[in-house]
Amino acid sequence: MTDDQSPRRISRRDLLRSAGLAGAAAILPGSLHGLAEGEGEVLPDETPTPAASGAVRSGLTMNLTVEEAEILNAMIGRLIPDDEYGPGAQEAGAFGYIDRELGGALAASREIYRAGLLALDRYAQYSRGARFIDLDHTDQDSVLFDVQTGGATGSGAGFLGSSAAFFNLVRAHTWQATFGDPYYGGNRDFIGWDLIDYPGPRMAVSVEDQKLLESGALQSLRRSVYE
Amino acid sequence: MPRKLKEADVVVVGLGAAGGVAALPLARAGLKVVGLEAGTWLDRRDFVPDEIRNNVRLWPFLVKKTQQERPTVRNNESQTATQVGSHPMMNAVGGTSIHYWAQSWRLNPWDFRVVSETKRRYGASRIPSGSTVADWPFGYDELEPYYDVVEREVGVSGQAGNIRGNIDPRGNPFEGPREREYPMPPLRWTAFLERMADRARLLGWTPFPGPAAINTELYEGRSGCVYHGHCSRGGCHVDAKSATCVTTIPKALETGNLKVITSAHVTKVEVDREGRVTGVNYRVGQDEYFQPAKVVLLAGYTYENVRMLLLSKSLAYPDGLSNNQGQVGRHYFSHYQGASVSALFPYSLNSWYGLPAQGVAVDEWADDNFDHSDLNFIGGGNMWVYSDRRPIGAASMNTYGRAPGWGTQWKKFIRDNADRSNGAYLQKTTLPYENNYLDLDPTVTDSLGFPVIRITAALGSNELRIGKFLQDKMESWYREAGAIEVNRGNLGSTMGVSTHAYGGTRMGDDLETNVVDRWGFSHEAGNLGILGASVMGTSGSRNPTLTVQALSWRTAQHLADNWSDIAG
Repeated sequence: MTDDQSPRRISRRDLLRSAGLAGAAAILPGSLHGLAEGEGEVLPDETPTPAASGAVRSGLTMNLTVEEAEILNAMIGRLIPDDEYGPGAQEAGAFGYIDRELGGALAASREIYRAGLLALDRYAQYSRGARFIDLDHTDQDSVLFDVQTGGATGSGAGFLGSSAAFFNLVRAHTWQATFGDPYYGGNRDFIGWDLIDYPGPRMAVSVEDQKLLESGALQSLRRSVYE
Repeated sequence: MPRKLKEADVVVVGLGAAGGVAALPLARAGLKVVGLEAGTWLDRRDFVPDEIRNNVRLWPFLVKKTQQERPTVRNNESQTATQVGSHPMMNAVGGTSIHYWAQSWRLNPWDFRVVSETKRRYGASRIPSGSTVADWPFGYDELEPYYDVVEREVGVSGQAGNIRGNIDPRGNPFEGPREREYPMPPLRWTAFLERMADRARLLGWTPFPGPAAINTELYEGRSGCVYHGHCSRGGCHVDAKSATCVTTIPKALETGNLKVITSAHVTKVEVDREGRVTGVNYRVGQDEYFQPAKVVLLAGYTYENVRMLLLSKSLAYPDGLSNNQGQVGRHYFSHYQGASVSALFPYSLNSWYGLPAQGVAVDEWADDNFDHSDLNFIGGGNMWVYSDRRPIGAASMNTYGRAPGWGTQWKKFIRDNADRSNGAYLQKTTLPYENNYLDLDPTVTDSLGFPVIRITAALGSNELRIGKFLQDKMESWYREAGAIEVNRGNLGSTMGVSTHAYGGTRMGDDLETNVVDRWGFSHEAGNLGILGASVMGTSGSRNPTLTVQALSWRTAQHLADNWSDIAG
């Protein structure tokens, strides 16, 4: 990630102004939260809308294009959906994690994402007659099933390697984002750790702590290890 | 021209689990030792309980020499070897002893005498065809005093099962006789581990806690383990893990006789016209040095020990140092770690704050602890159930066919089951074979342009039969403990890159089939010693590190005791 892309230097208002949509459109929640966290000024009338339908505008992503971002955010929303079992990967900030890290720790995967996301979209149009983000959840899931099982490879969609490899890569990064330490920008509000009842990082666990854990009485420490 | 430095008595190449131990008896004997380490010093501040940093992004990030020399792998000579994606070892003072699992097993006496014991009990026909397995040049009793001293100098916790022939049912009744107890009691068990132990007893087995180079109480000024759950691939933030950078290396430094050079990338061992080694060349950044020494001890990992010899060509050794018999790279094998078994339980295991060395072992089906008369293999495996879980790993769990791998049904599954699965570690006898070896890759090089190691190795039928046999035993154990699903991994085929890589500079009396003698010194270059599992000819069913360290101490002590004979 180059310095001039650093989110810490850009206020949320600047972003919205440059995108020309302050207060006017649904914002990709994962991205915006990650960008606004900390130094960005929070505007009261901009509650992010969970749905990601066609809402990303230029200037809100760090490494992905707007088109790629829309597809990725829709995809991770199906991998770990927001449903009766709680909030999902979008709400946990997984998009922002992946988008940012594609300019850093995940930079080696940047080209696989570019090719894979566009191939996914081509495959959706070819096989289901609409862009991926415009499909309903049932059709999105069936497209993703084809991608996961490698069935999307033969359509001329253009995955680099197998579509299954692309799927597994995105899923692995979505898991990292959702279940990793919040320090990295994902796992917002401890969505991932709460889902699996992980009681949080501890620097020491006594035999009494272990017994409390085993009796279900160990208090969950909802914090980053870097706090 | 490299800058020539002042001559040392001994130069140790690599200050990890092996070199970091050997430095201590040498320094105590008054020898001037230079330790060359490719990595840097790390300390508690580097050891953060962060799964993304440690387990996903494979910390440490600073020195990645090993990552630049990742081996290539193929099953057999008809294939083209391809380079592996990552190297399992790390560079630092202390090496991989910083982030390893720290299981510190002694070999079983049978492991030293596989050939003679198999012939005696079952007949010569039972030695697997194509295997180059040989008896060690000495038995367990010869190594016992060195196991004993390392367990104390490094700091190993555990429960003895056999003290001078007296069996203690709390420990491993099959272990070789020990002189005395471990210096510290074993790591504690969780309720799940207690349950697994109870169920093992119901099956007629003898469960016991495994040995670990991890303090369980204050030991030599270092804390006992605090069970924070980030031991695997993480360093210890309270120095409870007995990495050599907090144990033997500081003790050696206290003598004033050890000098540690960090960021030192050794490129070649030099020899004179008579074929004796004279020192090593190394680089720090772009600066080149020649460190003369009366004795050189190679203490890199198996792949790097072999590579260093093969790269050090000279008039005396045109095919690589100490390789005039063509034995460097032979007898290679890596521990057979396929044939996994995991299970799903209908109750929580409460494994979030465990560590891989915290577990229950069963040895009934290891080594020659059971009658193989009606079986079609020799050897066996140690079964290890341990307590270790982190959130990303938990989310990545097998869904046992009960849910898809994503979406709402997956989410419900991991919500309910993230803490209800367990994967066993089955440590199996693995043998060397004629067709398995290490050499230099013909095309792939490291960042300096030197060839990387090429692994040509496949498992034999003996290994695969052990794998199937142990999967049966492990499944019965999990079922006894109430598992509702049991998953068996593939048996596997390739002997790939591993943290348990053996051979390539095997130890033995016969100079036509071994690289080093019974003391760990080259049959060809008498002032060159080799430390590490590269000298081991059998693996047993044990993690190798403690045996590596006992052998390293023994080689170093032998050198100190016979200094003028070896140094010349």
